[in-house]
Amino acid sequence: MNALSRLLTSAALGAAVTAMAAPAVWAETPADMLVIAHRIDDVTTVDPAESFEFAGSDISRNVYSRLVNLDPLNLEAGYQPDLAESWEVSDDGRTITFTMREGVTFHSGNPVRAEDAAFSLQRAVILNKTPAFILTQFGFTPENVEETIKADGNTLTITTDKKYATSFVLNCLTATIGGIVDKELVMANAVDGDMGNEWLKTNSAGSGPYKLDGWKPNESVTMSAYEDYYGGAPEMKRVIVRHVLESASQRLLLERGDIDIARNLNPEDVSGAQSADGVVISDELKGRLMYIALNQKHPELSKPEVRQAFKYLVDYEGMRDSFLKGQYTIQQNFLPQTYLGASEENPFTYDIAKAKELLDAAGVPEGMEIEIGVREAQERIEIGQAFQNAAAQVGIKVNITVGTAKQILARYRARELDVYLGAWGPDYPDPQTNAGTFAYNPDNSDEANATGLLAWRNSWDTGGLTAQVEAAVTEGDRDTRIQMYEDIQAEFRETSPFVVMFQQIEQSALRDNVMNWSTGQAVTSAAYWQVTK
Amino acid sequence: MAPWFRTTLLTVGSIAVTMLGLLFITFIIGRVMPIDPVLSIVGERASQSTYDAVYLELGLDKPLIVQFFYYLWDVLHLDFGTSLLNARPVSEDIARVFPATLELATLGITFGILLGVPLGVLAAVRKGSWIDQIARVVALVGYSMPIFWLGLMGLLIFYGILGLVGGPGRVGIFYVDVVPSVTGMILIDAALDRNWAVFKDAFSHIILPASLLGYYSLAYISRMTRSFMLEQLSAEYITTARVKGMSEWDVVWKHAFKNIRVQLITVIALSYANLLEGSVLTEIIFSWPGIGSYITTALLSADMNAVLGGTVVVGLIFILLNIFSDLLYRVFDPRSK
Repeated sequence: MNALSRLLTSAALGAAVTAMAAPAVWAETPADMLVIAHRIDDVTTVDPAESFEFAGSDISRNVYSRLVNLDPLNLEAGYQPDLAESWEVSDDGRTITFTMREGVTFHSGNPVRAEDAAFSLQRAVILNKTPAFILTQFGFTPENVEETIKADGNTLTITTDKKYATSFVLNCLTATIGGIVDKELVMANAVDGDMGNEWLKTNSAGSGPYKLDGWKPNESVTMSAYEDYYGGAPEMKRVIVRHVLESASQRLLLERGDIDIARNLNPEDVSGAQSADGVVISDELKGRLMYIALNQKHPELSKPEVRQAFKYLVDYEGMRDSFLKGQYTIQQNFLPQTYLGASEENPFTYDIAKAKELLDAAGVPEGMEIEIGVREAQERIEIGQAFQNAAAQVGIKVNITVGTAKQILARYRARELDVYLGAWGPDYPDPQTNAGTFAYNPDNSDEANATGLLAWRNSWDTGGLTAQVEAAVTEGDRDTRIQMYEDIQAEFRETSPFVVMFQQIEQSALRDNVMNWSTGQAVTSAAYWQVTK
Repeated sequence: MAPWFRTTLLTVGSIAVTMLGLLFITFIIGRVMPIDPVLSIVGERASQSTYDAVYLELGLDKPLIVQFFYYLWDVLHLDFGTSLLNARPVSEDIARVFPATLELATLGITFGILLGVPLGVLAAVRKGSWIDQIARVVALVGYSMPIFWLGLMGLLIFYGILGLVGGPGRVGIFYVDVVPSVTGMILIDAALDRNWAVFKDAFSHIILPASLLGYYSLAYISRMTRSFMLEQLSAEYITTARVKGMSEWDVVWKHAFKNIRVQLITVIALSYANLLEGSVLTEIIFSWPGIGSYITTALLSADMNAVLGGTVVVGLIFILLNIFSDLLYRVFDPRSK
C-alpha cells in the first residue's frame, strides 16, 4: 500500500470513527491473557543457536533463560544474574567462572545444570549458524570448545582467547544465542548429528517464564506461563502473538479491544489510535539505525570532502518531522542511544551551500551520476527521494534502484553499489556490536570477503580506527572504555563514508490497562513476564 | 482403442505435459531470479563460511538441469522440499494454508453465483431498466474499487463500528485450536466436532472476506451473464417461442438460460480458480493465512521451495478446474459428445 493509500485509509478510518462516536461495548481480552498483534513473518527458527531475527528473538527471550540477562523493568542497570547466580573473573581476565543457581528446572522438569549451560554454548559454536559469531569472536571454535567452555559440578568456566572487557563478554551472553537449552531433551531429538537443530527449529527446550505452545508461520505464536519458573510464575498465563500484517487492521483490533497491544502501526494510525478511548502509545528507542553509505571504490565518493558533503545533503529535521514523525529520531553516530558510550553529538544539518562548497573543493564534475540501492520499504524510498532532490540541487544525479531486500543486499555485499541506503540493528547490547562493523576493517581487499563488516562492504579502510576498536574491546575500566568509544565516534563522524541519519523509535499502542510493557529498547527483545493488566 | 480410453489417455497425457512444463518454467524462473536463497536463510550478517555451507547444502553448486531433475524426482514423491525459511516441509505448510483459501474461495464463489447469475439474467431481460442500471453500477464498483479499501471499509463498518462480524483472523482468540483439524476448513471441522460456538465464531470471521470476494466474482459473473443472455434473447428461436405464447419465465430460463450454461461454466470456473489462487490483499487485510499470502511472502523472502510448491498447487487447480468444466460441457452440451 503506498503512502497516499495509507493516508486516505487512515483519514477515512479516523473520520468514520469520529462520526460514529456512538457508545459501543468493546470486547476485552481475559485479565490473565496477553494478546499482541505483530508482524511475525521474519521468524525462521526458534532454536536459540540459530534464531537471529526480531520476532524470533522475542520468542526466545521469553522461553529461554540465559546465564545473565537484562531486567525488562530496569534495562539501564545492564546485565543481571539469571541462571548464573554469580561469577568470578580470573586475574588474567580470560576466564570467567559462573556459579549456577540451584533448584531451577526446565519446562520438561529436568534440572538446569552447569552441564546444560556448557552444552548450549558449545552447541552454538559447533553448529556455527548465523549468530555464532557472537560467541566465536572470543576465540571459541568447534575444535577447542570442549576445553574453553567447561562444566564442573555446579560451575561453568569459559576461557576466552585473550583478555576482553568482562562487560563485553557478559553482554554477549545476554543475546539470543546465550539461551540455555535442556541437553537431555535436545539430544533425545537429535538426528544425524545435528544436535537437535532440526527439532529445535520448531520446538522448545527452555527454562524461561513461558513455554512455547506453538508457532504457526505467518499466523501465530502461542505461549503459556511456566508455573515453576524460578522467578515466579508470570501473571499473564497465556500470550498469543497474532500475525497481522496491515497497520489499519491492527488498529481496528486494538480499538475494538480484541487485542492488548498493536506493535506495527504506521504514523497515521498511531496518531489516530492516540485519540481513541482506552488506548495509550508507548515509545521506546530501538537499536535500528538508518544510514547512507558511500562505496569507497568510487573515485569521487572516496574523496574526504565528498564524504563530508553528503552529510550536509540530508534534511534530518525535515524528514523526522514529516514522514518519519514519531518513528525515528536524529542520530548521527554508529552507537544507538541507550548504548554504553553512545554519543549525543549530532553536528550535521541540512546545508546545501556547505555541501556545494565541499563538492567544488573536491572537484566533483557537474552532473555526476550515482546509483543508490534501496529496499522496497516505503520509508526508505521516501528518504531516498528526499536525498535525490537534495543531491540534484548540487548537480549530482542520483538514480534510485529499488529492489527486494535480497536483491539489494546481494549487490551491497558484493561491493557493487555506489551508494546504499539501509538500516542496521545491533546484535547484542555492547558497543562492540556496531563499532566492530562500522569502524573495523582489518583487511580491505576483495579477497578478504568480510561481508559481515559494513566498513568492508563499502571498501573503506578505516585506518587507525580498527586498532582503536580492538583496544576498546579489551579495556577493563568502564569509564575509560566509554571515553574510547566517544573518541572513535568523533573521528568516525568526520571521516567515515557513512551518513548515519536516524535511530528508530518503536511505538506500541496498548490498551490502557496493560502495565510494564517493554519491547527491550535498543538492547534486547520484548519481554512478557513482567506485564500486568 | 475404445474412444473413452483414448480420451482418458489424452487427458492424462495433457495433464502430465502441462505439469512438467509448469514445473520447468517455475523452476527456471526461481533460479534465474535476482534473489539469493542462501542469504534469506543465513541472514545479512553471516560469515562466508556459514554462507558457503548452506550453499552446498542446498545443492546450488550442481548444474541447473541436475538440480531440476532432483526437484522433479522429489515432486513425483509428493515432496516439495523444506521451506528454506521456517524449516517445515512445504507440503505441510500448503496443507495448512490451502484449506483456508479453499474455504474462503468456495464461500465467495457461492455468493458470486447465487447473486451474480440472477442479477445478470435480470439485467438482460430488463435491459435499460433501473435494474439494469443498478447491476451496471454494482459491477462497475466491483471492478474499479481497490480491494484493500473496500476490505478496510467493510472491517471498519461491520466489525469496528457495528460489531456485527468478527475481526481479522479465522477465529477469535478463545477459539484458536479448539476443534481438531480434520479438513483444515474451520467451518467444516467445527461442524464435524459439533462445536457450534466455534462454528458461529468462524462464520462471523469468514462472512466479510467471503462477501468481499463474492462481490468481486459477482461483478464479473453478472456482466458476463448479462452479455450471454442478451445474445440469446435476440435470437430468432426466442422470438418464435414468444410468438408461440410461451411464458416469459419459460422463455428466459428454459430456453435462453439453458443455452448459456456452457459459457457460464467457463466464466465461473475461471472466477473460482482466481479466488483459489488466493487474493493476496484480502488475505493481508483480514489476516487470513491462505495460499496467496503464503506464496507472496515466500517470493519476497526468496523461499523458492515454498514458491515452487505453491505454484504447482495453483497450476494443478487450474488444470483440474479446466478438466472439470470440460466434463460439465459434455453433460450440458450434447454437441461436445
